[in-house]
Amino acid sequence: MDLSQIYTQLIMEHNKNTQNKRALDDPTIVEHGHNPSCGDDITLNLIEKNGVIVDASFTGSGCAISQASTSIMIDLIKGKSTEDALELAELFIKMIKKEIEDDNELEKLEDAVAFENISNMPARVKCAVLPWHTLEEALKK
Amino acid sequence: MNLIDPKIINDFPILERKINGNRLVYLDNAATTQKPRNVIDAISDYYNNHNANPHRGAYTLSVEATSLYDSAKETVKKFINANSKDEIIFTKNCTESLNLLAFSLSGFFEEGDEILLCVSEHHSNILPWMRLSKDKNLKLNYLYVNDEGIIPEKEYEKINNKTKLVSIAQMSNVLGTIFPVKKISQIAHEKGAIVVIDAAQSIPHKKVDVKDIDADFMVFSAHKMLGPMGIGVLYGKKHLLDDMPPFLLGGDMIEYVYEDHATYAEIPFKLEAGTQNVEGAFGLEAAIHYLEKIGLQNIENHEKILTEYAMQEMLKIPYINIYGPMDLEKHGGIISFNVKDVHPHDVSTVLDSYGISSRAGHHCCQPLMRYMGINASVRISFYLYNSLEDIDVFIESIKNVRKWLGYGS
Ligand SMILES: Cc1ncc(COP(=O)(O)O)c(C=O)c1O
Ligand SMILES: [Zn+2]
Repeated sequence: MDLSQIYTQLIMEHNKNTQNKRALDDPTIVEHGHNPSCGDDITLNLIEKNGVIVDASFTGSGCAISQASTSIMIDLIKGKSTEDALELAELFIKMIKKEIEDDNELEKLEDAVAFENISNMPARVKCAVLPWHTLEEALKK
Repeated sequence: MNLIDPKIINDFPILERKINGNRLVYLDNAATTQKPRNVIDAISDYYNNHNANPHRGAYTLSVEATSLYDSAKETVKKFINANSKDEIIFTKNCTESLNLLAFSLSGFFEEGDEILLCVSEHHSNILPWMRLSKDKNLKLNYLYVNDEGIIPEKEYEKINNKTKLVSIAQMSNVLGTIFPVKKISQIAHEKGAIVVIDAAQSIPHKKVDVKDIDADFMVFSAHKMLGPMGIGVLYGKKHLLDDMPPFLLGGDMIEYVYEDHATYAEIPFKLEAGTQNVEGAFGLEAAIHYLEKIGLQNIENHEKILTEYAMQEMLKIPYINIYGPMDLEKHGGIISFNVKDVHPHDVSTVLDSYGISSRAGHHCCQPLMRYMGINASVRISFYLYNSLEDIDVFIESIKNVRKWLGYGS
């Protein structure tokens, strides 16, 4: 296990970054997600207008992986249509499961590609996936 | 006070393993313990030489399996100083023992009665009582600990004439606190309550005597005391077990079965339905023999030295916050802590990269964590095969955690 593949500069920056970690006035969708085993606990707030995610934020607490993954996801989905956001969620989960054959597909995930190596660390996979699962739950309602 | 001869690590084959290229430093003994060779050998000996369904056959092997099962009960009986081997019920684990109790004691309660627990109980010593309380309209009360994880004297006033049962762990699996169960048992008995002792964390590490505590019931799991997984113990005073209806129904627990009614066997059979974990019982007996060979007093002393050393070194690190009693007389070999700015889960991952097994999370004690105002903690816990060197490796590694997470030091 190479820790530097997991605790990368980018992930650490997002872990400490509080820009996306804030309350949101009048969110249209609020979804709660948690990992009971390790205590990661996030609330995802979204403002959706005409099928587009115009603003997003989160609150809660958890490990560096879950916090950074949530923050990076929020950067990625803001301004996207809910359909595109769901597609990204599917792509992210596929990446973690190592099911992506064409590396070009990964480009769409931008910074979230930083979590590619998490699959080498099964104990932490659910931390990285938590926000994306929460997003899926939120948008499927 | 001396350390145990470090050569005993040779008795534990798994301790030769490398984890991420480093020597395995196993510090999650409160979750489960590693097994000495005599336990591993006992289990394969059982299947190589003695396996049959006990109590059911008149042939040699079945008689042998029965006799091994009974011998294990006799060993457990002596180990905890019970009166009779019929007071020893084998279950799957501590959790099943507590569920059995909450189910089979249900008829003992009336609406408005109170059950008293400590806020630091493991979920397995909360949930069965919570369900029972909801079903029967009982009141579930808690003893609260102070900032050091100790129950203040005044809390014991909660034990009153309505209290019908007090169930408490002798040692907290988060705080490491050793609670004064003998005293609690005495107060509870004065009020006429039944006393249940969860010995899951205590009996592996110190001499526990059911008569000395005057426990009405005591529960524990073999896997936390060098034994195999899948076998646990429920001890109960005979007259109480006699009066309890069975938990599971089926084979081996009956006298006569008719189409529309049945009569049940005596204890212990009444409370052990179906084919039992004979290999587990045999393995548990081997574990007790091993513990007795080393000596429980020696184990307690050994862990005291380790805990004292670890606490002393951890207290020197300014960004570590330790929970639980500072008084080592009240503190067993479990240390829960947090590293400033770093989530316990990340601490545990970094420690693992250095070969150290630690535990992060709520440790199946959510009410306690909420009460303490924290989401999670890191926990290290010691056993007889741990050494001062293990703690040195831990201290060196913990100093690297904040760097990995991008903090200066
Ligand atoms: C104090 C305490 N009680 C009960 C249990 C439950 O033990 P088991 O999972 O073996 O049933 C544990 C295990 O963590 C414990 O620490
Ligand atoms: Zn996590």
